[in-house]
Amino acid sequence: MAAEAIVPRPPAADSGESAAPEPMLGAQIVLKALEEQGVEVLFGYPGGAVLPIYDELFKQNSIRHILVRHEQGAVHAAEGYARSTGKVGCVLVTSGPGATNAVTGLTDALMDSIPIVCLTGQVPTHLIGNDAFQEADTVGITRPCTKHNYLVRDVDQLARVMHEAFYIARSGRPGPVVVDLPKDVAMALGQYVTAPRGIQRQQHKTYRPQLKPQPSAVEAAVTLMANAKRPLFYTGGGVINAGPRAVAALRELVRLTGFPITSTLMGLGSYPAEDSQWLGMVGMHGLYEANLAMHDCDVMINIGARFDDRVTGNLNYFSPGSKKIHVDIDASSLNKNVIVDVGVIGDAGIVLEEMLALWKARGYRADQQALKGWWRNIAQWRARDCLRYDQRGKIIKPQYAIQRLYELTKHRETYITTEVGQHQMWAAQFYRFEEPNRWMTSGGLGTMGYGLPAAIGAQIAHPDGLVVDIAGEASILMNIQELSTAVQHRLPVKVFIINNQYMGMVRQWQELLHGGRYSESYTDALPDFVKLAEAFGCVGLRVSDPAKVDETIEEMIAVKRPVVVDVVVDQKENCYPMIPSGKAHNEMLLGPDDGGDKPIEGEGLALV
Amino acid sequence: MARSPKKAEAAPITNIYEGSIPTARLKDKVTYRHVLAALVDNEAGVLARVIGLFSGRGYNIESLTVSEVDRDQHLSRVNLVTSGTRQVVEQIKAQLNRLVPIHIVRDLTDDGPSVARELALVKVVGTGEKRVEALRIGDIFRANVVDSTTQSFVFEVVGNTEKVDAFIDLMKPLGLVEVSRTGVAAIARGAAAIEG
Ligand SMILES: Cc1ncc(C[n+]2csc(CCOP(=O)(O)OP(=O)(O)O)c2C)c(N)n1
Repeated sequence: MAAEAIVPRPPAADSGESAAPEPMLGAQIVLKALEEQGVEVLFGYPGGAVLPIYDELFKQNSIRHILVRHEQGAVHAAEGYARSTGKVGCVLVTSGPGATNAVTGLTDALMDSIPIVCLTGQVPTHLIGNDAFQEADTVGITRPCTKHNYLVRDVDQLARVMHEAFYIARSGRPGPVVVDLPKDVAMALGQYVTAPRGIQRQQHKTYRPQLKPQPSAVEAAVTLMANAKRPLFYTGGGVINAGPRAVAALRELVRLTGFPITSTLMGLGSYPAEDSQWLGMVGMHGLYEANLAMHDCDVMINIGARFDDRVTGNLNYFSPGSKKIHVDIDASSLNKNVIVDVGVIGDAGIVLEEMLALWKARGYRADQQALKGWWRNIAQWRARDCLRYDQRGKIIKPQYAIQRLYELTKHRETYITTEVGQHQMWAAQFYRFEEPNRWMTSGGLGTMGYGLPAAIGAQIAHPDGLVVDIAGEASILMNIQELSTAVQHRLPVKVFIINNQYMGMVRQWQELLHGGRYSESYTDALPDFVKLAEAFGCVGLRVSDPAKVDETIEEMIAVKRPVVVDVVVDQKENCYPMIPSGKAHNEMLLGPDDGGDKPIEGEGLALV
Repeated sequence: MARSPKKAEAAPITNIYEGSIPTARLKDKVTYRHVLAALVDNEAGVLARVIGLFSGRGYNIESLTVSEVDRDQHLSRVNLVTSGTRQVVEQIKAQLNRLVPIHIVRDLTDDGPSVARELALVKVVGTGEKRVEALRIGDIFRANVVDSTTQSFVFEVVGNTEKVDAFIDLMKPLGLVEVSRTGVAAIARGAAAIEG
């Protein structure tokens, strides 16, 4: 490593086998640890407190640094990278404002269980607590928005902490980990230690998530499944986090049992959307058939989902007649929102494989008569065609734009990210995923501004993939500066703006809850997105004629540079179906004419 | 006021981590008081993590004590008194277990008999009849007088929370001016020990 040249060498000792390795600078320890952890890309932004680390970065070639334009963007980019590869995303920011800017991204990663290691600079240890320039209590601020965090005061602990940070970020239920590094520690000489290997790696002193389930719990789950009359798989982001093994086992188990399957927003792609057993997404803007199946099922098999309020609706009426199985690697997810009948703690992949093995060994077969009847019910719900919309006349319907995007990109290696709002829900409904790790969206936190940086992260991981951020015109303005990052690093990301000039989702709620008083949900003075794109050095396209949607999308794909497409859509379209807040799954609204006579009141009004 | 948990229940008490707490028990809406003990790495910020967890998730803390119990291994013990429904208490234990520096969490209320004690220093100011009465009650509670002036006593009283509460209540009309309590330290009865 070239970097070693500048280490002030200690007086040459008569070297033997056992001689301790030469000490190195804290900043070098950081880079060496990153390298050992297999980090290839670092998303970051420099500043005073991290200059020693940037100096070391300058002297090496193995880690690529992606300079973002805002630290929030760095974390979202790392999330996109992590979510599309299954690896840990890595971030480097400076102290004070660098760290506070990263907080939204860290919270986002915590809510969606994305493995991130974020290195933050800190003022020198002797200044900590003195309100020094660019000092912030980073470990204090990030304690509730990380899985774990560290302040490293001793350079000899640095390597160990770095390795541990990666272990914590990726093990069990993944999440963001912050390592706060005072500048003097980065400049001090210390000993590097290698990462624990093999069995040692799993032997963390205190943090050892349970991967293998209790056999009795698996048995109870499989027995319930075998006796089900109206079963339903309900899967979440945990299956994707558990990796390809879990996805393969899930697919096999679903096919073997013949049960229907739905998934949360975060779980899309773990089961192929083209398959006939797939019911589509569940939840507030999920499909009618998925929600009715949730409501009426008699055995619910939750794998790696967390009974989030967007999924359950009113808990008092949530799937009242079902026995519930919950498989999760995080024990605190069990019985948190919904009390379940069988809790199985373990890695989704291992649990699914054990379920499969037991199902096969026992020669189980669900009650075919009952299952047939259940599928007949589902067919009736499907026949309602809940995603129906009318593309007539001269105005593009947002659904149409997304559906065309899907049709024209589905045969490619396509990665979709989104911002937050109506367009996000339409993307989840109309873009159909066959594979995991192709869909990146801010589910738990609902962070506007997530999509573009996440697309950048995904594009870096998949240089030959087509990466499209399905955006709203309001959301995209929250991190639009990242276009500059895409241009600098030659990342041909596409921003597909569903431009309705409204904060559409806000407007929809104002219609539903506040008598159509559109308080501050219309964006006046929007920029000209085509010119804006050009100003950044991207290609800008605009389409407002439904007949030109296809050719515009083709052009967007053909251009091997970052492209912003301004899709001018119907301003009034709302996102359906919808379970209004405070209502039950079987009280879904299928369209605008469904809601007028049932104003939302009481409890529902106060919910988000 | 929280009721204390029923002692002998038909269903065997198992840990949520085996996934087999009977559903009916989790649906019980009665609030119980639980004494929890945790062994944690004695490192900066660990107490903030525990307190942040409770405040962030809206759990109730009646008493919290922390002290190093093993200097060589840098282990501290947290004793926590909380109350909540069965579902909430199980959540609290699972959430505590998730904190990285926590070695082990035990529910001393669930896992068999235990003893819990706290110590209070109680300052009582008064003269004449009241002063004599304060001393007399102190005697009944086996409280030590650890400081005295012609107008005041500081009593040191040790016992479970109820006893300390009762002592303080009795001292109120007798000139109680200040109380300092340690919070609860608790430990399971019998030979078995919690190991980090
Ligand atoms: C950072 C942030 N601020 C506010 C919100 C609340 N919010 C949710 S959706 C939305 C409107 C989004 O508008 P737009 O991006 O145009 O998407 P549309 O709903 O019109 O598709 C807002 C303001 C949020 N989710 N995130």
